[in-house]
Amino acid sequence: MNPRGASLSVVDTQSAFEVAGVTMLADLSGTLFWEEQRLLVVSDLHLEKGSSFAMRGVLLPPYDTAATLGRLAAVVARLDPRMVIALGDSFHDRRAHQRLSAQDRDAIAALQARREWIWISGNHDPALPSTLGGMVATEVAIGRIRFRHEPTGAIGEIAGHLHPKARVSTRGRAVERRCFASDGERAVMPAFGAYAGGLSIRDEAFAKLFGTATFTAHLLGDTRLHTIAASRCY
Amino acid sequence: MSGISCRNAPTRKLSGRAPSPVPPLAQPAASTEAEALLPVRFQKWFAARGWSPREHQLALLAKARENRSALLIAPTGAGKTLAGFLPTLVELSAVPHLPLKGGGRHPKGGGWGAATGTEQAADPHPNPPPFRGRENDQLASGEGASSSAVRSDHARSNLISTGRSVKRTGGLHTLYISPLKALAVDIARNLEAPVAEMGLPIKIETRTGDTPVSRRQRQRRYPPDILLTTPEQLALLLSSDDAPFLFSSLKRIVLDELHALVTSKRGDLLSLGLARLWRLAPEMRAIGLSATVAEPEQLARFLVPQQPAAQIAADVVIAGGAAPPIVEMLDTRERLPWAGHTARHALGEIYELIRQNKTTLVFVNTRSQAEMLFQDLWRMNDDGLAIALHHGSLDVAQRRKVEDAMAAGRLRGVVCTSSLDLGVDWGDVDLVINIGAPKGSSRLMQRIGRANHRFDEASRAVLVPANRFEVLECRVAIDAIAENAQDTPPLRSGALDVLAQHVLGCACGEPFLADELYEEVLTSAPYAALTRADFDDIVDFVATGGYALKTYERFARIKQDKQGRWRVANPRVRQSYRLNVGTIVEETMLKVRLVRSRAGGTGSTGALGRGGRVLGEIEEVFIEGLVPGDTFVFGGEVVRYEALVEDHVYVSRANDRDAKVPSYMGGKFPLSTYLAERVRKLLDDRRAWNALPDQVHEWLSLQKDFSRVPAVRELLVETFPRGNKHYLVCYPFEGRLAHQTLGMLLTRRMERARTRPLGFIANEYAVAIWGLGDLSFMIRHGQLDLNALFNPDMLGDDLEAWLAESALMKRTFRNCAIISGLIARRHTGEEKSRRQVLFSTDLVYDVLRKHQADHVLLRAARADAATGLLDLRRLGDMLTRIQGRITHRELEHVSPLAVPVMLEIGRESVYGEASDELLAEAADELIKEAMS
Repeated sequence: MNPRGASLSVVDTQSAFEVAGVTMLADLSGTLFWEEQRLLVVSDLHLEKGSSFAMRGVLLPPYDTAATLGRLAAVVARLDPRMVIALGDSFHDRRAHQRLSAQDRDAIAALQARREWIWISGNHDPALPSTLGGMVATEVAIGRIRFRHEPTGAIGEIAGHLHPKARVSTRGRAVERRCFASDGERAVMPAFGAYAGGLSIRDEAFAKLFGTATFTAHLLGDTRLHTIAASRCY
Repeated sequence: MSGISCRNAPTRKLSGRAPSPVPPLAQPAASTEAEALLPVRFQKWFAARGWSPREHQLALLAKARENRSALLIAPTGAGKTLAGFLPTLVELSAVPHLPLKGGGRHPKGGGWGAATGTEQAADPHPNPPPFRGRENDQLASGEGASSSAVRSDHARSNLISTGRSVKRTGGLHTLYISPLKALAVDIARNLEAPVAEMGLPIKIETRTGDTPVSRRQRQRRYPPDILLTTPEQLALLLSSDDAPFLFSSLKRIVLDELHALVTSKRGDLLSLGLARLWRLAPEMRAIGLSATVAEPEQLARFLVPQQPAAQIAADVVIAGGAAPPIVEMLDTRERLPWAGHTARHALGEIYELIRQNKTTLVFVNTRSQAEMLFQDLWRMNDDGLAIALHHGSLDVAQRRKVEDAMAAGRLRGVVCTSSLDLGVDWGDVDLVINIGAPKGSSRLMQRIGRANHRFDEASRAVLVPANRFEVLECRVAIDAIAENAQDTPPLRSGALDVLAQHVLGCACGEPFLADELYEEVLTSAPYAALTRADFDDIVDFVATGGYALKTYERFARIKQDKQGRWRVANPRVRQSYRLNVGTIVEETMLKVRLVRSRAGGTGSTGALGRGGRVLGEIEEVFIEGLVPGDTFVFGGEVVRYEALVEDHVYVSRANDRDAKVPSYMGGKFPLSTYLAERVRKLLDDRRAWNALPDQVHEWLSLQKDFSRVPAVRELLVETFPRGNKHYLVCYPFEGRLAHQTLGMLLTRRMERARTRPLGFIANEYAVAIWGLGDLSFMIRHGQLDLNALFNPDMLGDDLEAWLAESALMKRTFRNCAIISGLIARRHTGEEKSRRQVLFSTDLVYDVLRKHQADHVLLRAARADAATGLLDLRRLGDMLTRIQGRITHRELEHVSPLAVPVMLEIGRESVYGEASDELLAEAADELIKEAMS
């Protein structure tokens, strides 16, 4: 058994991959950075998922929104993007934004200060109000790149929705992590929300999307990203 | 207690003492006593079978008459079950000639006892009363409902109104609680015989998860006299608002296999149920039935309501007279292995023992050991002996088949795990073989007792150590048995997650006041020391989650009314409680199906034949570590993992002799503290080595000359180079779980001390850590201080840091979250399929830990970790013990004592923490593949 980090010499907190000829940086935080544009993309925040469950009697700790926004704030402070795109399902249900605490509202406002902010609507939050700050859109296109919530498989598309995760096994041990999935032409982002679960990249939804099982997973490790062929993951 | 050296699981036969050629000393006194305590009808029944009541059976009757609760400690074959039920049968046989009106059969206040004693002995029913009428017949119809053929007219005249437009007879008299539902059903069946033969007007029924809804409903309205059930069903009954109606008439509760129940959270749940029953039925007295335990008086506290600042215990009755067991260690002709757990070296000798005996139970510690041994035995079975396999993961139908064949005496041998530790009676087992480490003396004694169904005959057992360390463990276990030294764990202190479940259950029934419920909970022995602050935190948790951030008031699951009584907020909460009651959190299991192989194995199921025979179930955690094509042992053969589809694992037959992936997980129970202590003493006592096999003696002598044999309270630490790495091996003897935690924490500290550790391995006796830094040099030059390295302060910040990411801790948290009712294991509607898992408790753990580290659920998980998978308490005790007693030996190469743990490197699968290394390795393989 290897103690964590014992033999690490190189620290790769970002890993580059191409989408339709454009170089994107997958960040260890689970966000995507388009350096040239200073554009940060974050997907599936699922804010207020805790309180959404609480309404139905499952009293999950009510700290998920603060936890998610806290992590996002750290990324924003580090990369200082010009523009942020929240790639849909930013809120866990249609009324989730109404349940935001005052502090969390302030945190969102602070994130939006001095930069452009675009909320892309998703299936969980199809009708976002304008009171949240920033713009609301169903999709955004910049050059050949198209940002939308639900992937269609189009070339140049960066989407979320599927919450990809991958498991790697060796000699009876397994590690499972959230991951980016990409094949050079399109990519699916991992979910960022504190309570967001995952779907194995071996699910047929991914095979359909990429038209083949030969795509790549970029797993979010503890201290670095790992690029592994999807066919080796479960 | 003297005179008994064998303690074991109780028999399921209802029996008295068979005539013995040598009359027991107390015989004359006993028979007078019997006359005084037993009604004539019972005396005749015993006499007709050529039995006389055993002393402990009469003792329990005497306790009952004195209105005392009692704990009976008795070995297998002692007629323990009948002893437990005799007071009930005697009381119910003597329905007083009655009461003209009102009241039940059991007038309040008096209870049974001296007042009716004479009448009891005089037998009020010299002739069987007439058959009962149609109405009662219908009540007793239905499968599993057993009833004597007779019921007195009085019973019918006792129908009373309950104010709920329901009529009933005298009501429930006795509850019987068993840890196994099969046992409850079996006991009910066996009780029928004496009841029918004596013509007693007693209705007996069972209630388990399998009981149809219609009968459950009927049982609530028309309770039987005796109800046999499980702790979970009791909790369910108590959570209904008619619980006061159902239980107010209760006179007795019989708790079977109490020694086994009280060691787990099920025992906590049961204790809270008892507290409830004491309030609903103040007259109720308890009888506990138990195998021998280390501290009977402590266990006896479980049976009576505790009072503030006083330890109150039930009376303890100990059955005497069992013959001491004959236990030997296999003196193998073969070479004793240095490591491993298979005992393959002794296969021939094990087979020979099976051949020489009528029926042999072969116990092993883990499922995979059972699989492997069964397979090996089968391969060498030239005589075609009927040998079967039994473990908890096999298909239920498969297990029943084995059990039936065994009961019918058709099997010569059964390879089994703890799945046969408890439970129903098995034909004539004349030998028990225990393979591998005994782990604990009480556990071993209970297993050995399985070979003894005649109380006064000696059980025979052979211990087969699988490696040299296990020889030491077997030796001290045999000594402990000879001294009848018990090492059952002390009584638990009640878990907070179980309390949360109970509080919700209470709110589902009659609304409660917090003050009253707190008082009630304190009467239960495991919760006698519960603080009011913890209790209030739990109520708060049940209501709104117990979060510092008060945002869930409007989503509360339980609410207070104007009088301050707590009740469930809506029927959905009640429904969810009912679906999720219980404290057994099963690992997620997958069905294993055997299909025809498909070459390659790419993980897709395209060409796989679906369907296939179900071999049994396997832990999802295990399968997650496999890639298609890996082989492992299951169902007695080596199989190849083909694919996973939903919750089915598809495997094919592999022709390999050995499986590629070992699945030895070390078993559920670590070496007991008691046996560990004895092993250390044995090592320290040169003269005692003479009693060990030559090979072992020689091994220890070599160690003495080359390095050092650790003294009783000392920790020996050896350092040596090997290959291009440097090793540190220490010998705490505290069991695998504590050692794993120790290894994890030591590597963290060594990393900080810049010794550049690379990995570690732990077994039951030792921990080995390896790395790049020259440890011997560093210690010699004062760069690494062993006293500082092993300082108990590692249980501070280092532990905290590790717990943040420990997979074992997350698993512990998940169990607490489920038991406490934070998340549901079953939802209303159908069970969610695997893909629909809505959130992961690991994520919840991370968030909660960061934002409210002292949350009551995290405290509950921490308490579990202290004794459970992380064994922190034991580790803490050890670190304290060895302070200032560390002896370091700088060696040129590996020592004889270190060989076993060194051999396990790379052979054992150890629970790993998620690591970048594993991911990096997978990525590297990809690169290698691409370059080739």
